[in-house]
Amino acid sequence: MINLFARPYRCAEIVELVSDYLEGSLSKRQRARFEAHIAGCEHCHAYLDQMRLTIELSGRLDEDDLSDAMRSEFGEVFRRMREEGEI
Amino acid sequence: MQTTVLLQAQRTAVRIGAGKAAPELDGDAPELARLRAGDEAAFVALVGRHHAAMRRVARAYVPSDAVAEEVVQETWIAVLRGLKNFRGESSFRTWLFSILVNRARSVGSRERRTSPHEDPHAVDPTRFGADGMWSRPPERWDEAIDERLDAAALSGTLDAALADLPARQREVLVLRDVEDLTSAEVSDVLGISEGNQRVLLHRGRSRLRNELERRLAA
Repeated sequence: MINLFARPYRCAEIVELVSDYLEGSLSKRQRARFEAHIAGCEHCHAYLDQMRLTIELSGRLDEDDLSDAMRSEFGEVFRRMREEGEI
Repeated sequence: MQTTVLLQAQRTAVRIGAGKAAPELDGDAPELARLRAGDEAAFVALVGRHHAAMRRVARAYVPSDAVAEEVVQETWIAVLRGLKNFRGESSFRTWLFSILVNRARSVGSRERRTSPHEDPHAVDPTRFGADGMWSRPPERWDEAIDERLDAAALSGTLDAALADLPARQREVLVLRDVEDLTSAEVSDVLGISEGNQRVLLHRGRSRLRNELERRLAA
């Protein structure tokens, strides 16, 4: 039976749905319930912001960390393969 | 600083919230074209761009940093050899990471750090009351970050926490959140379902958030 008056999510459920929400994989109905809870709960709103910031900080870990020595080593590999006609 | 971080976080959220597998331009396309024309600098630029993420993913399978480094090198050699057969039906990075994961898996001793008894909760359950509502709620980080720590220090914490994640969570997190592959691309590269991928991603992200929270409270 479809429950038209689904009970509101609890905070303990929200923290398990955050990734699905951010990945866009909740159903329309789940999404509406999720957003209704967030709108009325400052703590879960803070939690959602924290997860967003965690993802943002992860995205900044992809900085170029190649040392000059490795850079020239890779360059050498490239030149050698080109000379040997492998590429 | 604080404002920049939060604005970027919002932008990320918008991009992520926009839904999965949004067809986006292959960010490697310009270098790829130059590489096909034999440009060494383009090759080194691509290596540099993906190196950190490749090393992290490889490290999830092999027992040491040195072996991970070797797997990364072998992957690039395979990329150079296979370049003329790469038709761009997937993005370059999907192709790149698929080669990497295959090599790392065959080299790796498969002694993955699995933790069968791993806590399935995103947040310590004692932080909620019997009614399922917060009893010890999270604090707002915008103030905490401004007063106590800058984003650079947090990145160090995150890097260490990432290295500590179980291998399966780490590879998903690196590909999705660090390297910014779409969820469909991550599933392709690792050969897992999107549902499974999201579970691993959720566990990994939740753990990283917990570590950041602990660091900020210290």
